[in-house]
Amino acid sequence: MQKQAIFQSKLLPYALVAPQLAIVLIFFYWPAAQAVIQSFLLQDAFGLSTSFVWFENYIELLKDPAYFEAIVRTFFFSFAIAILSLSFALLLAVMADKPLRGSTLYRTLLIWPYAVAPPVVGVLWIFMLHPSLGVLSRYLRAGGIDWNPLLDGNQAALLVILAAAWKQISYNFLFFLAGLQSIPKSVLEAAAIDGARPMRRFWTVTFPLLSPTIFFLLVVNIVYAFFDTFGIIDTMTRGGPGTSTVTLVYKVYTDGLLGGNLGSSAAQSVILMVLVIVLTGIQFRFVERKVTY
Amino acid sequence: MALRHFGAAAAVAVTFGMAASPALAVTEIQWWHAMTGANNDVIVKLANDFNASQSDYKVVPTYKGSYPDTMNAGIAAFRAGNAPHIMQVFEVGTATMMAATGAVKPVYKLMAETGEKFDPKAYLPAITGYYSTSKGEMLSFPFNSSSTVTWINLDALKKAGIAEPPKTWPEVFEDAKKLKAAGYTTCGFSGSWVTWVNLEQLSAWHNVPLSTKANGLDGFDTVLEFNGPLQVKHLENLVELQKDKTYDYAGRTNTGEGRFTSGECPIYLSSSSLFANIKAQAKFAFTAAPMPYYPDVKGAPQNSIIGGASLWIMGGKSADEYKGVAKFLTFLSDTDRQVYIHKASGYLPITKAAYEKAKAEGFYKDQPYLETPLLELTNKEPTENSRGLRLGNMVQLRDVWSEEIEQALAGKKTAKQALDAAVERGNTMLRQFEKTAVK
Repeated sequence: MQKQAIFQSKLLPYALVAPQLAIVLIFFYWPAAQAVIQSFLLQDAFGLSTSFVWFENYIELLKDPAYFEAIVRTFFFSFAIAILSLSFALLLAVMADKPLRGSTLYRTLLIWPYAVAPPVVGVLWIFMLHPSLGVLSRYLRAGGIDWNPLLDGNQAALLVILAAAWKQISYNFLFFLAGLQSIPKSVLEAAAIDGARPMRRFWTVTFPLLSPTIFFLLVVNIVYAFFDTFGIIDTMTRGGPGTSTVTLVYKVYTDGLLGGNLGSSAAQSVILMVLVIVLTGIQFRFVERKVTY
Repeated sequence: MALRHFGAAAAVAVTFGMAASPALAVTEIQWWHAMTGANNDVIVKLANDFNASQSDYKVVPTYKGSYPDTMNAGIAAFRAGNAPHIMQVFEVGTATMMAATGAVKPVYKLMAETGEKFDPKAYLPAITGYYSTSKGEMLSFPFNSSSTVTWINLDALKKAGIAEPPKTWPEVFEDAKKLKAAGYTTCGFSGSWVTWVNLEQLSAWHNVPLSTKANGLDGFDTVLEFNGPLQVKHLENLVELQKDKTYDYAGRTNTGEGRFTSGECPIYLSSSSLFANIKAQAKFAFTAAPMPYYPDVKGAPQNSIIGGASLWIMGGKSADEYKGVAKFLTFLSDTDRQVYIHKASGYLPITKAAYEKAKAEGFYKDQPYLETPLLELTNKEPTENSRGLRLGNMVQLRDVWSEEIEQALAGKKTAKQALDAAVERGNTMLRQFEKTAVK
């Protein structure tokens, strides 16, 4: 009852959401609808000849073993990146949450990498780990490791995962720190009085109380790894060596923009969109149950 | 009321003002390109000189990013209905542009329709052949052309006790081993553009087909066939030498070029256009030798094919605009101007007269290595295996071929398996391109 009283006019609430709706319509629904339409077409790059081919683009994709490899690879990358960056960020946040001298400085420094654009992250890591330019590569080789991500697919994948996870640590750190600071000290003190040691306090008190944050970050990180790793892959490996760092998003780009195969590229975007919707749905449906708010 | 009258008056004034002002009567010609650094300066100078030479047209050059970026920008602009007049497209985009009938205006037609003087025979056939139909009609205007050469660090050769640059592949392998023993442990020899050098140029240089139908020049129904004995043997050699870094893979594009200029790789196969960088950065004596060949292949070496880019004229413009474009192309073909471009950028002259003039001026006396790519291109009369390539989706084809070569070099596939897979995957993509192109 009280809520209705806030708005005198019936139109006002609609007017207030209109800008946001317009943005979502123009920047999400419209392009998404175009992608769906394009995915049923066979068209040359210039748009001079167009024919309607029903599901041919999808069938071609599903017949292509390289596409399945890309799906598996993308999931692997996403989970690896999410787990790596979440665990490091949590560790750092727990450390930074302690009363330390100059903790503001640490915190600021830890948040910095978030401001770095993905392609720049790629270039930074290349300078460290490029087989002939990299500073660290020299030490790796001196240590007897044959470091050559230009040819070794596993090393290239590792490089991409490390760089992508590194970039996301700051973001996760920020949320973890806020989450940690909102945990009432009294609960931890009570546990301490009961004789729980720091490790036990962390796993039985802090961790469950952080679960909403962890859940939120898990969703965000997986979506990040699906889409935002593009810049990193493009600057670091361009999908190589072989196809060992081609993810779904990267394939959308190479097939559409480099290959001029817009139909297949659109079909891939549609599949990607469905995948992410399903994935997020599953997370909300099942994982959220285990979360204590 | 008063305000409305004022508005109308202003509109009239503006309309008349536009018609009267000579500055606005100039027809602008948009030129999108992908040149950076010193070569960008050359483009700007050419446009300025042209604009100063007459007052009817104004060429406006715009840098649009890398070659693929420029091409994508042009395609997107065409779809949106505001394509530039002139677009610089790299050689591998040729088939895509050619298939876009209606989106482009072939140069030979442009010249005929505008009545501009144009003699196709004045141009070097080794260069224009790449951008012409099988009947010899020029489709796009060659702008910057190069070819593959073997860049040699002469100081390193001396250090390893090698008397002269290698001529054949076995000599390259032998010399690389000696260089490795002499201290070049991380890289005896290497190269850029792995597919261009080791598949495309290798095949042309040995008069072996890359694909049927004269490498695609005679039709989009071309089928790849570079998994023959020569190419497999060559890749096997590279795989074997990769193991101890006598050969060391340097990536799909030209990002490995610093390995030559820094002195790490003393023998490096790449584009002749690398000259400007080498001249600026290398702290050693260098030269460019012709590409190596396998002496047991009959008739080798044949002739090399070009790399670089050409200017495509986009369709759907007015007759007046086309007149300006045609005048600009004539302006570019001028002998002195070609000699200037050749000297300033290191790219090749495109007319016979310009080549002769550079020779007569003694340009190659001090720098004989600048003539190497021209000698390679004109080494023999081109055959259908060495005239050029015209494969659709070429940018992505090269990526797929590189993927397979990388698998072989990493020891995951044999050379034969890798090239078989590259051919098979490439053919699937060519059929896809054919489907969209023919309709």
